[in-house]
Formats: sequence, C-alpha cells, structure tokens
Amino acid sequence: MSGGTRLENANPLIFQRSGDRLLTATDEDEDAADPIDDREIFDLIRSINDPEHPLSLEELNVVEQMRVNVNDEESTVSVEFTPTIPHCSMATLIGLSLKVKLLRSLPDRFKIDVHITPGTHASEDAVNKQLADKERVAAALENSQLLEVVNQCLSTRTM
Amino acid sequence: MRLIRVCLFVLLAVEVLLAFYENRLKDHYVIIPHVLQGLKALTKCSVLPPGSAVSVLKSIFQDIHVQSLMLAERSCVYNILISLMESKEEELKGLGADFIFGFVQSVDGERDPRNLLLAFQVARNIIQRGYDLGKFVEELFEVMSCYFPIDFSPPPSDPRGITQEELVLSLRAVLTGTSQFAEFLLPLIIEKLDSDIQSAKVDSLQTLAACGLTYSHKELAEFLPGLWSSIRREVSQTASERVESAGLSALSALVSCLSRSVLNSDSEDVLQVFLSLVLKDCQHHLCEPDLKLVWPSAKLLQAAAGASYRASLIVSAAIIPALLEQYNNRTQCAHRRTLLEVLQGFVQPTALSRPADGEDSVLVAFQQSLCGVVFSALTESSAGLQVTATRVLSALGQQPGLMAQTDVEKAVDHLSRLILEEDDPKLSSAVVECSGSLAHLHPKAFISRLIPRLKEEILSGQSDAAVRQRCVTALASVSSLASVVQESTPVLLQVLASAHTGSCGFSVEEVAAVCISLQKIAEHARDSEEIGRFFHDIIIPHLLGLCLQAALQTRDAGHSSPLTDEAVLSAIVPVMSTACAALRSESASRMAAQAVSLFLDGDVSFLPENAFPSKIQLLQSRAESGGLSQLVCLLMACVCSLPRSVEIPEIDRLLLQLEDLSCTCTHLFSFTSAAKCFAGLVNKRPAGEALDAVLERVMKRISVELENTSSGQRTQAFTLLLWVSKALLLRYHPLSTALTDQLFALLSDPTLGSQAADGFGVLMSDCLDVLNRGCHADVRIMYRQRFFAENSTKLVQGFNSAEQEKKSCYLKALSHIVSNLPRQVQLTELPALLPLLLEALSCADQAVQLSTLSCLQPVLLEPPEALRNQLEALFSRLLALTTSPAMKVRIASLQCVHALSRLPEHTVLPFRARVLKALAVPLDDKKRLVRKEAVAARAEWFLLGSPGGR
Repeated sequence: MSGGTRLENANPLIFQRSGDRLLTATDEDEDAADPIDDREIFDLIRSINDPEHPLSLEELNVVEQMRVNVNDEESTVSVEFTPTIPHCSMATLIGLSLKVKLLRSLPDRFKIDVHITPGTHASEDAVNKQLADKERVAAALENSQLLEVVNQCLSTRTM
Repeated sequence: MRLIRVCLFVLLAVEVLLAFYENRLKDHYVIIPHVLQGLKALTKCSVLPPGSAVSVLKSIFQDIHVQSLMLAERSCVYNILISLMESKEEELKGLGADFIFGFVQSVDGERDPRNLLLAFQVARNIIQRGYDLGKFVEELFEVMSCYFPIDFSPPPSDPRGITQEELVLSLRAVLTGTSQFAEFLLPLIIEKLDSDIQSAKVDSLQTLAACGLTYSHKELAEFLPGLWSSIRREVSQTASERVESAGLSALSALVSCLSRSVLNSDSEDVLQVFLSLVLKDCQHHLCEPDLKLVWPSAKLLQAAAGASYRASLIVSAAIIPALLEQYNNRTQCAHRRTLLEVLQGFVQPTALSRPADGEDSVLVAFQQSLCGVVFSALTESSAGLQVTATRVLSALGQQPGLMAQTDVEKAVDHLSRLILEEDDPKLSSAVVECSGSLAHLHPKAFISRLIPRLKEEILSGQSDAAVRQRCVTALASVSSLASVVQESTPVLLQVLASAHTGSCGFSVEEVAAVCISLQKIAEHARDSEEIGRFFHDIIIPHLLGLCLQAALQTRDAGHSSPLTDEAVLSAIVPVMSTACAALRSESASRMAAQAVSLFLDGDVSFLPENAFPSKIQLLQSRAESGGLSQLVCLLMACVCSLPRSVEIPEIDRLLLQLEDLSCTCTHLFSFTSAAKCFAGLVNKRPAGEALDAVLERVMKRISVELENTSSGQRTQAFTLLLWVSKALLLRYHPLSTALTDQLFALLSDPTLGSQAADGFGVLMSDCLDVLNRGCHADVRIMYRQRFFAENSTKLVQGFNSAEQEKKSCYLKALSHIVSNLPRQVQLTELPALLPLLLEALSCADQAVQLSTLSCLQPVLLEPPEALRNQLEALFSRLLALTTSPAMKVRIASLQCVHALSRLPEHTVLPFRARVLKALAVPLDDKKRLVRKEAVAARAEWFLLGSPGGR
C-alpha cells in the first residue's frame, strides 16, 4: 500500500462484528455430538482479511451468516459472498481465499461451493466458473505469488 | 619536586611523541595503522600539551584519506575524535568549521555498523555541545542522512550484538538534535513516508515525533501541509497498528510543538491555522459513522486535541457541537453508538491536555448537552450503546465541574434502573464498573439513592435470582469508601440472616455470591483503617454468630440452613481472612483473643444476639458428622491470617486440640480445615523449643497412624502430614525434608498413592485461604525451585524402581511439581525431565496426560534446545493423543501441536506433511471445541513454509 497507489474503494461501509459463539452445556458434554452448522462455517470465514483493507470480510459485509448453507449429513457447504463494489477486481482473490480456507478447515468428505451473491458483480459468471473449476483452483495455488496473497489473507494478524 | 619533574618529563615526552607520530602520518601507508594506534593511546593521555589536539587533527585530516583505511584504523580515527572531544573541547571549537569539514570528509562513505555507531556519537557531540557548524550544515546533514532510514539486519550469531534499534536511535539523535537541519530533514521525511517498506515509515514518523521536541514553529511552518497530508494518508490507509500509532504520536508531537509557539501580534496563530487544516480534512468524515474513515479521522483529531490544552480547546469547540448534533439527527443505534464512542475519546483528557490549576475543563461549555446525550443514550434499547454511555458517564464524572449535583443524582437513578432491569451481561458489568468509579467521587448520592433501592429489591423476596445477584455485585462495587461500606455491608449481612431463617428462599449459590461480594469489600480494608475497624467490630462477629446459630440449629432441629453448607463456609473464610489480614496491631490481638476463647472455651460474649448455650465445645464434637466441628474453618480464617507479630493466646492448648480434631474427626471438610489451621499456626510460630516439641509430637502421631495399615484414620494422618509439610517447606524449616520424604514414600502406597501424588499439587501451588503471602504467612522466595532441586532425583529414582502399575503416581506427582515451577526454571530443567514427561504422555491415566500437556504447552512456546532432539518422539505422542477418548486431552494435545508450529521453520518443516495429514482426522471430530482447535492448528501448519505464511 504505497503512498502513490489509490485504493479502489477508499472509504467502504463498515459493519459490526458479531461476538464469539457462546459456549453451551452441550459443547462441554463429552458424549453429545455437535453437528457442523452454519454458524461454525461462518466463524471459519468471517475473520479472513480483506486483501486491500485492514478489515475482515465480516466487517465489510462480504460474507454474512445468512449466505452460508451447510448440510452436515449430505456433506455439502455453499457460501455466497458479496463484493463491496460491482467492479471489484479482488472478487476472484476473495473467492479463492474463502475456498482455500474451507478446504483446509473442513473434513474432506465435504463438497465445497463458493460463489458470488447473484447480481452483485459485473463479471459474476466468469468468477463463479473459475472458482468451481478444481483444476484452475489447484493451478492458482501452484502460483507462488498468488499463494502468498491468499496466505496473507488467511493469516491471523499480528503486525 | 620530583613529581613535578616526572610530570614535566612526561609532558615533554608526549610532545615529542606526538610530533613524531604526526610526521609519520605522511610516511608509507604500511605503517599508518601503527601510527594511528599510537595516536589513539596518546590522545587518551590526560596531560596533552595545549595546541596538540589541533595539530593532531590537522595532520589526520590533511595527510590521510580515512575511508581508504581498513575497518580497525577507521575506528581508531573515530576514537581519537571522541577522546579529543572529551578532553580538549575548547581547542576543537577554536578550529571552527574546519573541524566539521574534516569530520564530514572522513566519515563520508562509512559502511560498517560498528564504526557508524562511533561516527554517530561524534556527530551527536558536535550538535549537542554547540560546535559551530558554519557553512557546513548541509554537508554534515547529507553525510549523516544518507543512512536514513536505517535497514540493518545483524548477521546470525553476531558476537558484537549491534541491533537495528541501536543504530536507529543514535542516528535519530543526530538528525533531530538541531533545528538547523529542519529545512533538509522535513522534506526527506515526507519523501520517505512514500516508501513501501513499513519499517521505513515507522522510523520516519518516529523521527518526526522526535523533531517536535526540539523544533519551534518557525522550522515547521513551511512543511506543515505536506507533513499533514502524509500523516493523514498513512493513518487512514495503513493496515498496521505500529504505523498508525507512530503517525498519531507524530501528529501529536507536531501540535504540541506548535502550541508552545509564542504568538506575535502581527502574525497569525500557527496552531489555529494548522488545526483548521486538520479539522477541514477530518471533520466531515465524522458525519459518516458507518464508513471506514470515521475511525482514522477520529483518532487523528483526538491525537491533535490531546497534544495540549490549547489544542483541545480549539478542536473540542469545533467537534463536540458537531458530534452532538449528529447524534441527535441520527436515529439508528449503531450510528449513535459509533458517534458516542468517538465522543468518549474527546471527553477523556490526556496528560498533556489536562487543564492546569485554575483553568476550566474544555468541556464546561457543553456540560449540559453532554449530560443530556448520555442520559438519553442510557435509556436506549441497544446494549452496546448503553455500554458506551456508561463509559462516557464515568469519564465525565472523573472531571471536576462537568456534573452538577442534580446530574449526579440523575445518573445514579439511571444506574440503579439499569442494575434492576437490564440482564445483558456486558451491560451489567459496565454499569457496575461505572457505579464503582462514580461512587468513589460522589458517595452521598449513592448512599441516599442507590443503596436503599437495591436493598428493597434484594429483600423483597419477589425478584428473581439474577436481579438479586446484580444488586449484590453492584453493592460490592460501590463500596470503596468507609461511609458507603457502613451502609452497604449491613444489607449483605441482612441477606445472610434471612437466608439462615429461610424467609426469602436464597439458594446456596446466592449466599456464596453474597460472601464473594463481602470479600471484595473487605479488600478495601487494606487501604482504609476505618473499614478494617468496621469489619472487626460488626461484620466478623455477626458472621461468626450466624454460622454458630446455623450449626446449633441443625444439630438440634435437623433443619438445614444454607450457612451450614461447605460451599458457603468456604466462601465466608476469605471474607474473614481478608479482613483479619488488614487489621492493625491492637484490634488484631483482640481478634485473636476473641476467636481463641470462642473456640476453646465456648466464650460467646462478643457475639451479637447473645442467645447461645453457655458451654459449647467447638473443637471436640467428634461423634456427629460435620455440624459444629466444621466451624473450625472460621477459626482458621481468623487466627491464621493475622500479622505474624500478633501473639495467639493459649497456642499450645489450641494446637493440641486441632491435632486431635484433625486426626480423629471423620468428616472430610472438618479434618482438612483443622489440618490447615494447624499448619497455618505452625508456619508462623517462631522457631525454638516450643515449636520443636509440637512438631516432634505430631510427627510421631502421624507415623504411628500411617504405619498401621489397617487403621481407619490413615487419610486423616496423611492430610495432616501434607499440610504440616507445606507449612514447614514454605519457611525452609530443617524438618521439612523428613516430612516430604514421607510423602514421597507414600507414592508407592497401595491406598494412598494417588492422593499423595495429588498432594504434590497442594504442596507446590498457592493455597487461597491459608499459607499465602496475603495471610502474612512465612513464605520464602523460590521455595518451589529449592524443593525441585533437592527432590527431582528422588522422584526419578523412585519412578525407575517402582513397579509398572505404580509408575503413574510418580508421573502425576512430577507433572504437578513441574507445572507449578516458574517458566525460567522449567526451561532449564526440561532437558533432564523430558524423557519422563514423554513417558507421561504415553501413560494411560488421562489425568496424567492432561496435566503433562498443560505443563508442556507453555514450554513449547519458547522451546529449549534439548527439545529439538526429541521432536520425533514428541510429535508421535502428541498426534496419537489428538484422537484420545477424552475431549480435554484432545483439545490440549491440539494446542500443543499448534504451539509447535512456531518453532524455527527448519526444525519442524520435515513434520509438516505428517502433521497436516494427522490433523485432518480431528477436523471431523464430534465435538465442536475440538474441531475449533484442530482448525486453528492446521491453519498455522499450512502457513508454515508456504509463501506469504510465516
């Protein structure tokens, strides 16, 4: 972020962060099984950093809990994300980060689907297609520069 | 005469030598190093003849080209300069600008960090000691500033230990040392702020902040717009907190520099001009409370306002009305909350902007509207907004003149309403905290309005437990002054009394919570003698009376009062011991006498509502279960926490009875409390024959009981042994070794082995109710280390020689001991113990696994060298435990695996693939808490060794 370059969207809307999930008695109970639910998936992705801003995807409202759908029994997850502006050039990168985070954090029985919220981005179809294509995702992660940016989005901030 | 002659001789010799060396400087280059060494030694000599410094420097500057010398010779030259500057300052100053020029020439191009530190030191001396820079200001600046910003990473295992920090600080002292550099430095800073490297930005901003201390407004004036736009850009765009805070402190330094400027009648006020620039750029962002830039702008304005009283006047005058208007125009709670949070930053003055004596707070003009906004926010429905409002309220209350008496009363009414009505946990804790801080300043309003209302609510018997709990917590938090304590504690006592009679249906948990609140209040007795006296005169006798009544009633009528419950008694103990620990000499002795006569002789005369049977025997009721005998914990609370100087009357009789009770009683709580009380007294008893006799008797009795394997009272004997060992261990008593050896021996005992292993936890950890420093116990420093050093070998030998099924007791004892050691000791001792700890990880006992994991985890964050060789074994055991049947073990082992990802990359990278594969399993664990740890650990392991990762 040098002084010369301008951000695409320098003053975005900020949304409130939701608090940590409250612990319940069932969570502490050794014998009860907790199924993977929407909130758990949302907790995985809400703290991902935005590539441009020192803010999380949740604060920019790029991801919302209501746009996360999970079915533990059928092992499917679907996540919709909403770029802050329709021409956001970071959309693919954000989608890739979401996908990688879920791949790393979920058991491999899950089928993971990440796509843009319908009607919120100019080149929605192209981005969705890229994200759905396993080969292209794998190829993107071979690219060390791309992987570096994705890892930065996924690392917990300690600067 | 001789001395003078010697001196003269030395003087002559020095002169001759100097002349010789100066001449040799013109000689062949091969001998120059030796000449410089010689000169360096000579310049350290205290009797340099006058004029010699000038001639040495002239020849060095003329005859040699410093930068074509080797490293060591260059360092010689700088050292010569430094020592001449120390001894011959006047002469050097006489050289004028020639000296500066010579220095600039010799340092130009220096690259070695060691020499740079010397060169920076010379330059700093030049600047700080007032050498005339003449026309070489720019040259000197150029030759120094070419190193700015410093980027230096020392080579690994650098023996000289020069750090980047050192270089940065010494260069900064040179650059910011004089305002003559301003015209060159400020453009340079603006330029470097455009850099992409974060450390360069931070360094530039910090250098700018340092300039603020030495510069005046004249130097800054020309560059202010440029500096401001750079600072603003950095603060609003950065992702890094370091850059942000450096930017804010730079701005604040600039503003406080401008605030120091003296106004001329004909020129405009520079501070006003600069702040209007800041306001123009930032103010409009405050009108958009849901956009990102509201916070950077607010922080910039707050930094500017916090720089001086004058600045805060100017900024508040513009910002506060605007914020208040915005607040009233917005209707969404989220917007209002952001605005109020911003406002909070302006309400709290900083150390620099605090009004001096005789000046009013900058907010006086807005006092009414601020209070109005806060009160309206307190009635909103959003908890977040209300929390912020309580914080603003505390900030307003802390400053004199911002809250009129009627406002305080209104605030107290709002607070009481919130305590009674709001059940959001964050909000109630904020309300309680705010009440606490206001009650310290305005006790009257709280006594007259809040306490009666809460009292009515608690004792009405109609409200539910949660409301009562909030009232009780609030009572504790407002009671920091004696006048409030005298009103609030009787309410709490009344609660206990009605719990005893069973009139309002208080549960055991509630009664324990009331005791916790009483204890919080008792903590203030340390600072105020008045509160201590009040506890001694009123509270403690009442508590004792209530407990005694409850115990007697249970014995006679069979009706059980909550005050006979062990949980409640254990909560009353800290109330009394905290209060007793704070008692001063005279009342402390009275307390001891009263307690002892009550427990030994049944003297109830000092208790209120004297309706007790005349001869009660509190320490001898051995037949019934609990009942009166468990009250011994209250005796412990009173007598074991008094200052060590207080003499306990009839101590020998008391000790004998306690010993009897602890050895013969069958009720666990009673005999443990008796043992603790015994230990607490023994710990404080001065060394001497009396103590030796007591100890000899008790040790004999314990041994007899323990040796008789069929005895039913071995547990009691073991408990007494444990607590007496602790009492003696803490004070380094010579007998403690004999006692702890007995404990070690018990580890292989078939029935007491496991209890003995857990006993080592008691021995090594701090006990909350007795034998701690708060109770004035005799606790020597580092007793844990000493115990460990003396006994670790015994433990290891015992482990090796024990039978297979007994080994787990040794491991458990070991993990108790190690996990209570300070980290520094853990790290040094770990190499020897690691094999044993690894053994403990594969031990089947889950408690052992868990305590070993919790002791390993902090060590892994900063692992010692010895661990590196054991990684293979460690990984295979930890990864196996991630699928353990016990949830806590799975979680703890995953945390350890997570911690291991922070080890140096080259040591753990070989395990990456294996760990990632193994961690895929707990990702599908049935417990969410386990999955959460697995996700966190696996994410870190993915980042390890990957670009952009760590």
